[in-house]
Amino acid sequence: MTEKKVVDGRGSFCPGPLMELIAALKNAQVGDELEVLSTDKGSAQDIPEWVNKVGHQHLSTHEADGVWHITIRKVK
Amino acid sequence: MVQKTCVVVVSGERERLQMAAMVASVAAVSGHEVLVFLSMNALPLFMKANQALEAPSEGPMGNLMVSRRVPEYRSLFEQAVSLGEARIFPCSMAMDVLSIARPDLVEYLEEPTGLTKFLSDAQDSQVWTF
Repeated sequence: MTEKKVVDGRGSFCPGPLMELIAALKNAQVGDELEVLSTDKGSAQDIPEWVNKVGHQHLSTHEADGVWHITIRKVK
Repeated sequence: MVQKTCVVVVSGERERLQMAAMVASVAAVSGHEVLVFLSMNALPLFMKANQALEAPSEGPMGNLMVSRRVPEYRSLFEQAVSLGEARIFPCSMAMDVLSIARPDLVEYLEEPTGLTKFLSDAQDSQVWTF
């Protein structure tokens, strides 16, 4: 079991959080879970789109106190 | 077949550069082959000597982007190259007119390219112009 890596994109705007996620994915292992924190609503909608398009797995999205938590798994 | 996206940037205004950089970077990290062509007033902003130079805003959105933490267009173009399959070409005509040499430009750009070559590379691709 690998631990979940947190990518803190809070305070940035589209496509900042997505780019930070992609940079983190490069260093992650297949099977790793990554959780993106974002205060940008557009990114919360766009990141799952990207994840599905390129073939990773979107696990969950939820919002708490103005912060979106988008959790994904690296598939390839 | 890999989707090909071409982005032609001629404006030196912040909002247009920003939108061009967003299209190029998101397309590049989404698996598209991305070709960017820099010409006219956009090109001098990619000179090493001008990296501290701010692109002028076209309107209120440009000013707002500076005060908020919107990723800078230069870093988005650089990420398009480093994280995706983007190649950025300086226009050879603009370089001649502006008397710019390849070493004057930032490292992540490709070799200067003419329109004939770019048009032929851009064939059968989606083209975005800013």
